[in-house]
Amino acid sequence: MSATTTAPKQDGFSIGRLLLEGRAFFALIAIIAVFSFLSPNYFTVSNFLIMSSQVAIYGILSVGMLLVILNGGIDLSVGSILALCGVCAGAMMQGVTLEWAGVILYPPVWAVVVLTIAIGAAVGALNGVLVAFFKVPPFVATLGVMYVARGVALLMTNGLTYNNLRGQEALGNTGFNWLGFNRLWGIPISVIVLAVVAVLAGLMLSRSAFGRWLYASGGNERAAELSGVPVRLVKITVYTISGALSAVAGLVLASQLTSAGPTAGTTYELTAIAAVVIGGAALTGGRGGVRGTMLGAFVIGFLSAGLVIIGVSSYWQTVFTGAVIVLAVLMNSIQYGRGGRKS
Amino acid sequence: MTRQTEGNPDAQEVVLAARNVAKSYGSVHALKGVNFDIHRGQVTTLFGENGAGKSTLMKILSGVIQPTTGQIILDGQPVHFANANDARDRGISIIHQELSLAPNLSVRDNIFMGRELRGPMGVDFAEEERQVRRLMEELEEEIDPLTPVEELRLGQQQIVEIARALSVDSRILIMDEPTSALSASEVEVLFKVIRDLTARGVSIVYISHHLEEALTITDHAVVLRDGTMTAYAPRADIDLEWIVRNMVGENYDLGSPPDSARGQVALSIRNLSVPDQTGQDLVRNLSLDVKAGEIVCIYGLMGAGRTELLETCAGRLRASGGEIVLEGQEISHLPIGERIARGLALVPEDRQRDGLVQTMSVGQNLSLASIRNFTRGLFTSSRTERRLIDDSIRSVTVKTSGGGAPIGSLSGGNQQKVVIGKMLATNPKVIMLDEPSRGIDIGAKAEVFRLLAEGARRGLAVIYSTSEVSECLSIAHRIIVMHKGRISAEFDSTVSKEKIMAASGESVAA
Repeated sequence: MSATTTAPKQDGFSIGRLLLEGRAFFALIAIIAVFSFLSPNYFTVSNFLIMSSQVAIYGILSVGMLLVILNGGIDLSVGSILALCGVCAGAMMQGVTLEWAGVILYPPVWAVVVLTIAIGAAVGALNGVLVAFFKVPPFVATLGVMYVARGVALLMTNGLTYNNLRGQEALGNTGFNWLGFNRLWGIPISVIVLAVVAVLAGLMLSRSAFGRWLYASGGNERAAELSGVPVRLVKITVYTISGALSAVAGLVLASQLTSAGPTAGTTYELTAIAAVVIGGAALTGGRGGVRGTMLGAFVIGFLSAGLVIIGVSSYWQTVFTGAVIVLAVLMNSIQYGRGGRKS
Repeated sequence: MTRQTEGNPDAQEVVLAARNVAKSYGSVHALKGVNFDIHRGQVTTLFGENGAGKSTLMKILSGVIQPTTGQIILDGQPVHFANANDARDRGISIIHQELSLAPNLSVRDNIFMGRELRGPMGVDFAEEERQVRRLMEELEEEIDPLTPVEELRLGQQQIVEIARALSVDSRILIMDEPTSALSASEVEVLFKVIRDLTARGVSIVYISHHLEEALTITDHAVVLRDGTMTAYAPRADIDLEWIVRNMVGENYDLGSPPDSARGQVALSIRNLSVPDQTGQDLVRNLSLDVKAGEIVCIYGLMGAGRTELLETCAGRLRASGGEIVLEGQEISHLPIGERIARGLALVPEDRQRDGLVQTMSVGQNLSLASIRNFTRGLFTSSRTERRLIDDSIRSVTVKTSGGGAPIGSLSGGNQQKVVIGKMLATNPKVIMLDEPSRGIDIGAKAEVFRLLAEGARRGLAVIYSTSEVSECLSIAHRIIVMHKGRISAEFDSTVSKEKIMAASGESVAA
């Protein structure tokens, strides 16, 4: 059987493996072909760049989601962490009032970025501790954190949105919109961020000991534990990374919009899960890879953007996206059901 | 056997009979033509080592699986059971070792699970409750029908299972190791119930590893070995020695203790106690020293505490007291990974659940416990890993197309070798194997034992547990018999099988 698609690579490519793993890739090609045929505006460099910068947000989230799903868990809180971190970044850009010192701090943008990612990582670590030490089922733990993070974000802003994130020259905190608007070598920064995140995650999964630990504890936690894998540490780490990546996505989104609202990122967790699943990962853990997940994110992004371009109602977009997800899971169960799993 | 006069158990009418029943799984013959009778109102006990075919035979009699060849004869008529429900409808029920009750539901709901009595207003709970009360009166057990099953003691839960079987008018009740988890007083209660049942004409088929205990209740004995029936006799004609002789036979050679040089004490367990969830000790104040180059076998029945002892040493379970000392260093506070790094490795009993990662390849499974050995800085070195995998495949002789093959493509014996190879790759000083021969064929068994003997020659301390006597008397220098969490006897390799079995049995040790 060729169900080892996803495990870190060892041997060369075989045709069967390529075909099976490639289903998300072929779906992407088909989507591009169909929409290019239907609309002359679709197959242009500028459109691809625009679509890619939209995909970046989901893509960054889904890399974190992939790690959690490889571990056999699920992280429903990524959308809320994204909003919370965006709001935190917004608050810091507006200035942090320290009453006892009687000053208002305007941290430079790099400090805002670092602090925001730290906040996201901390919320993610909370998920991890709940799951690893208190044995709360991941679905429930992250569902709770999803509500709490969203609530805190709403409380912080009273439900309002921070609109001016450009900073002021005089305060030395300009440049926040660089992330969302600027380009390097003609490529949007957000896409570069996504590429860096994906490459790092891919290296970690295929080449580091941690990656092997993650695949092992997702495939069979008891066996991994008895082989000396620190399964709790692995768990906490994947949720922490997922939280940190949610913060990165939150920064990119806030920067693209130059505003940070507490209701941003609603249902993004579901899109991220969908991308991971379309990419061939098994929700039971242990199977999946960055390449597939990236393809999954682009399938969803390019499909919905294409539907917009040819003028299909957004209600139909929802229907199509749902159909693609169900189809993908169907293929997964065909692929993994043929053997390999315990009888 | 001769059929004789009144009063002889054999004179009772035969209700269920097996004729030349055989069962094959591919090329594996689990049962090779078994004949025996079950008489009305009598207890028939099946004796045999693990893998002798007892469970297969039970499953065939209760309709769970169908025999490859041969016939089941019920009340003189050949029958064919389509499935377990079919057999139950004809009055044959089986009570498995692991009880199949829903712990959150009440006794009443469990007994009527799946066949609730319908009334005009949905389920007729009042009628159900009345019937359960009557059943409990018949069994002379004071169990309230509305108690949730999880609040009952294990012995009482077993009674509930029996009541459920009786509620569908079972005439033949098959009990698989019903006493393995019961206390002595609960066993008394169970035996009283069994006697009551037989007096009412219910036939009992009984499986037990507690030979002496089974002898006090049985009317007939059937002994299986390697899928063949080796003996069949009424109670009056048999004794313990007869059973052991027929169970064990003079079978295959698994090697002899290697003449390895004994070194220092490698692993020292001192006054170790391990509690279960309820605080009862599964391992009680146990002390054991194992030297480098020595092979120690731990023999015991199910529930004797062997697995708990080994898993505590490995770090999966927490001890409530005592010390685990590896080469002079106390390690009982260390996590599993650190213990492995210091040279203490466990090959767990259940290789599917605890030994293998099914989603990974053969090679990745082999290298899992020694990832640190081929990690340079942040990244793993695939060259070093490949070399480690190839070495392991060669040294434990795994038959596979290569390190990239999926683990599921291997046979049970080769999978077991992968688990052993994984732990040997960590260069342990002490290796513990929990039932290393479980579910593998004799050839693979011999190879596993050869590997262990080789390891001992190189100075490895080996501890393995087993529930098969013939495996004690193979490569082990020393045989420890465990009974209810304690060491009940210690022998050298010249001891007889009968002595080992006697030391593990309930009534002998008491």
